[in-house]
Parts: sequence; structure tokens; C-alpha cells
Amino acid sequence: MGTFLAMVRFIFSRLLQGIAVILGVLCITFGLLKLAPGSPLQSERNIPEHIRVQRMAMSGLDQPLPVQLWRYIVSFATFDFPVSAKTPGRGVNEIIAQGFPVSAQVGLAALMIALALGIPMGALAALRPNSLEDRVSTVAATLGICTPSMVLGPILALVFGLKLRWFNASGWYDADDWVLPAMTLGIIYSAYIARLTRGGLRETLAQEFIRTARAKGASEAAIVFRHSFKLACLPVLNFLGPTAAGLMTGSIITESVFQLPGLGQHFVGAAVNRDYDLAMATAVFYAALIVGFNLIVDFLQALLNPRIGFKT
Amino acid sequence: MSQASSQSPWQKAWQSLVRNPLTVAAMVLLVALVLLCCVGPNFSPYGPNDQDLELRATSPSLAHWLGTDPLGRDLATRILHGGRISMLVGLLATAVASIIGVGYGLIAGLAGKRMDAVMMRVVDVLYAFPFITFVIILVVIFGREFWLIFIAIGAVEWLTMARVVRGQVLTLKGLEYVQAARACGAGFWHILGKHMLPNVMGPVIIYASLTVPGVMMLEATLSFLGLGIQPPDASWGVLISEGAASMAAYPWMLIGPSVFFSATLLALNLIGDALRDALDPKSVRE
Repeated sequence: MGTFLAMVRFIFSRLLQGIAVILGVLCITFGLLKLAPGSPLQSERNIPEHIRVQRMAMSGLDQPLPVQLWRYIVSFATFDFPVSAKTPGRGVNEIIAQGFPVSAQVGLAALMIALALGIPMGALAALRPNSLEDRVSTVAATLGICTPSMVLGPILALVFGLKLRWFNASGWYDADDWVLPAMTLGIIYSAYIARLTRGGLRETLAQEFIRTARAKGASEAAIVFRHSFKLACLPVLNFLGPTAAGLMTGSIITESVFQLPGLGQHFVGAAVNRDYDLAMATAVFYAALIVGFNLIVDFLQALLNPRIGFKT
Repeated sequence: MSQASSQSPWQKAWQSLVRNPLTVAAMVLLVALVLLCCVGPNFSPYGPNDQDLELRATSPSLAHWLGTDPLGRDLATRILHGGRISMLVGLLATAVASIIGVGYGLIAGLAGKRMDAVMMRVVDVLYAFPFITFVIILVVIFGREFWLIFIAIGAVEWLTMARVVRGQVLTLKGLEYVQAARACGAGFWHILGKHMLPNVMGPVIIYASLTVPGVMMLEATLSFLGLGIQPPDASWGVLISEGAASMAAYPWMLIGPSVFFSATLLALNLIGDALRDALDPKSVRE
């Protein structure tokens, strides 16, 4: 019962903290955009004065800044955004609702690929230190870390898209168009995960309780899976938070390489076109995603590691 | 750090660095790349932006070792010249990140428990920020200027540095010589500058060297999206972006800059890891 209460308190405090982060992102983005010289309507030339005033009033830009900020906060809290001035007829929530599934599908697939490649590779290296497998996997991991997604992406597109014609080199038309972008990000992150798994597992295997388990005659499989794996996974779990942010940055690149209609493309486009509503909405949506992901990671970590526990 | 032998920790670190052939190879590679980018363009018969429209895009040849782009510009010269810009951004952004991180970490570590708790909580929270969005907005709004790019990148990459420095300060400030200095009436800033700063330099160097590849990657990301260095100037990110756009017809345009960029990242990562193993007593394993 005590642990349950601690768990609830833990989740509650992390939720509050997450909301603070999202609010912070919202305020900073708002501040940055308001610092920008010029107004979003400036680029349209020669609009008569009365129409300019009318449109300023329509988009709420004539209000004092705190009122504008408050309007944004309310619209995010209710997920009900004003219709974007730049894309008439297409609401901001519509654009997010269309872009998010694309980014989410690629991002989740990339995460799965990274874990499915990285953990076995790292575990194999840790179980046979200084063997050929260890060397190969260490070299592969180092190479993976040094390969930027903007290099790997075009190479995969060239080989599997243009030469072998297994997939479309770009675009989002067929059901398997997520494969190449997800591979790009997944391979790069599997390198980090392999490294962490190797380190974590080797450290765990060197501990006393493993020697005890060995001494009482536990099989190698039991030692790896029952005794060490949980502890060895902690560094990997720890890294999943930064991975979420990294996948986001990476997704902006891969979406640009593979011309996917995801959130990243919309965000960059909105920033470049000074579509402030859409830029803010995507930035805050990203923040919410990362906060949510970190919350899950923190929770799992507290669950798996008794030394951390649900301390608030 | 133990001072059991007569060697200084720096000497020991250097020796363990040069003992590993892989690290030596990485250092040689990095020095070669830096030299090549610094002096290489001066020996080239072509300028980085000189066009030769009759050539168009030609594959690598004796006259143009790495080929030319569709405007007939010599790719080798452009890659080396772009390397200057990429490396310069990497260095300057790391310097900005280190200054912010060291300052923040020193103050947090030395300022007392409550202040420390607040400042470190802020860092924890900042780790969850989608910084790339801020950098993109900043660069879009305030123009794609060179100085803004490295300041914006530096301003978001200081978090780990602050954590490391603060941890170091916490262990240092309990030591006797600091108490002695305090007993002699040394003030906050005196202790910070005279007694803390010199002693955190080891970890600072390690993490600075590990920050360089990260910030170079971020610069390349911005340039790739068209938000970083602006044409006709080129950084490696710009060149890779141009290469990716025309890779089907002119694959050498992608291969050249990618090889240089990845080789630099590889050398920097290997050196950073080796430095960490050599200088950080905690991470000594095996």
C-alpha cells in the first residue's frame, strides 16, 4: 500500500513537472516569435490599411501580449487551435493530426529496430569479451555513432530505392514507405544501444551476486536472463529519454531526406514561412511528446531499479 | 586523482593515450584532416566558389580529384574549404557551451544546498526541452548569420558540462585546502576562480572533446535543412545536402563530403572516449 501511494505521488509530481516543461516551451517559443522583427502579415504586400486592421483583429494580433499568450495556453489545453492564417481552410489541429501518425510510425519503428539490433549485439559482445564478435560489434557501434542520418539516409535511398527498387526512394505512398527512414534512424541508434548494453551487462556480470549464482550452479542462460538482464538494461533505459529527443531531431532530417509529410517537415516549413501558430503548435506538441516519453521511462526505471524507487 | 607516483596526472593521461594504437591513429587522422582543411585550399589551383560552366558535373579525374558539381566547381576544394567552416563552428560552439556549462556548474556546486537543488532541477527539466525547435526558430527569425549559428548551438549543448562540473565541485569543496582557504577569509569568487576552476579542467576537457562531434552534427543538421551556412559558402552539411539532392546522377557529390565528415566525427569520438578513459578515474574499467 505504501509503495502504491508512493507510486501515485511519483506520477503526480512528474506530471506537474511535465506540464511546467510544456508551459515553459510555450512561453519561450511565444517570446522568441514576438521578438522577431515584422509581423506575420507583413509578407503579403499592399493590403489596404482597413483590411490589415481587420485581419489583425481576426487573428487576435491586436491584443496585448499577455492576452495573446493566454489565448495560446487555452487553445493548447483544449487542443483547439485557431485556423492558421497561412493555410486557409486547414486548421492547425488538422495538420498535426495528419503529420503525427507519419512521424510516430517512423519513430516507433526506428526505436524497435534500434532495440532489436542493439541489445543482442551488445549482449553478444559482453558475453564473449575480446572475441571476434566483441571486436566486430564494437567497431560496428563506433561506425554507427559516427554516421549522421543525413549521410546514411541518402545512401539507403540510393541503394534500396534507386538501384534495387525495393522501396520508394522518397514520398509517402505505399504501405512500406516507413521502412527506409526507420532503418536510417534505427541503425544509428542501435549503435548507441549496443554500446550501453555491452557496458551494462559487463558491469553486472562482474558483480558478486553473479559469482554466487555461478557457484550454486545456475546455468548460463539463467544467469544472463534471470539475474543480470534487468540490471543490465538500466543504462539502456536511461538512454531512452535522450533517444526520444534524438529521434525527433533525426526525424526532421529523415523526413526531409525521404520527403515524408510528417511533423518535422511541417515544423520547418512553418518556421520558414513564419506561420507562427503552426510553428508554436508543433514545438509544443513535440515538447508534450518528449515529456510523455520521459514520464514512461522514469516510471519504468523506478519500477525496475529498487535503488531509485518512487522517490519524489 | 592519486598523486602516488612522481608523474603528474596529465603526464599519466598522455602516456595512457599514446599507448593505445587506435587512439594514436585517431589523433593522426584528426591532425591530418585539420591541416588539410587549413592549408589545403591555398594549394588548390581552384577557388571554392570558382565556376567552370563548361565542365558541369564531372566525375573524379586527375584535374579534379573528387570531381566537380553541376556549376563546375572543384569539389575537393569546396570540401576542404567547407571543412574549415564546419570545424570552426564546432570549436566556437563548443567554447560557448563550455563557458556556459562551466560557469553554471561552478556556481551550482559552490552556492550551497538550496541554490544547488534549484539549479540542478532546472538542468533536469531542460534535458526534456525540444531544443532543436528553438534553434530552428532562432535561426529563422534572426537571420542565418554565422555567429548566431554557433551561439545558438552552444547555448543548447551545455547541460552535460554543467552536471559534470557541478559534481566535481561538490567533491572538491569538502577538501581541506578549500576549508583552509575559506578559514583565511577567501571569498566565494576567489575560491571559485582560484581553487575550483583549475581543478575541474580535466573533466571539462573530456566533455568538451565529446561535445565537438555533437555540435558539428547539429550544425550539419541546420545546414542540411537550409537553415545554417548559406550558399555560395559551404559547410559539410551544405555539401552533403547538395550531394543528397543529386546523388542519383552524381554520386561522388554525396560520397566526398560524407567521407570527410564521418572521418572527422570518428576521430573526434575515438579521441574523446580515450580521453575519458585516461583522465576520468571513475570510468577506468578492465
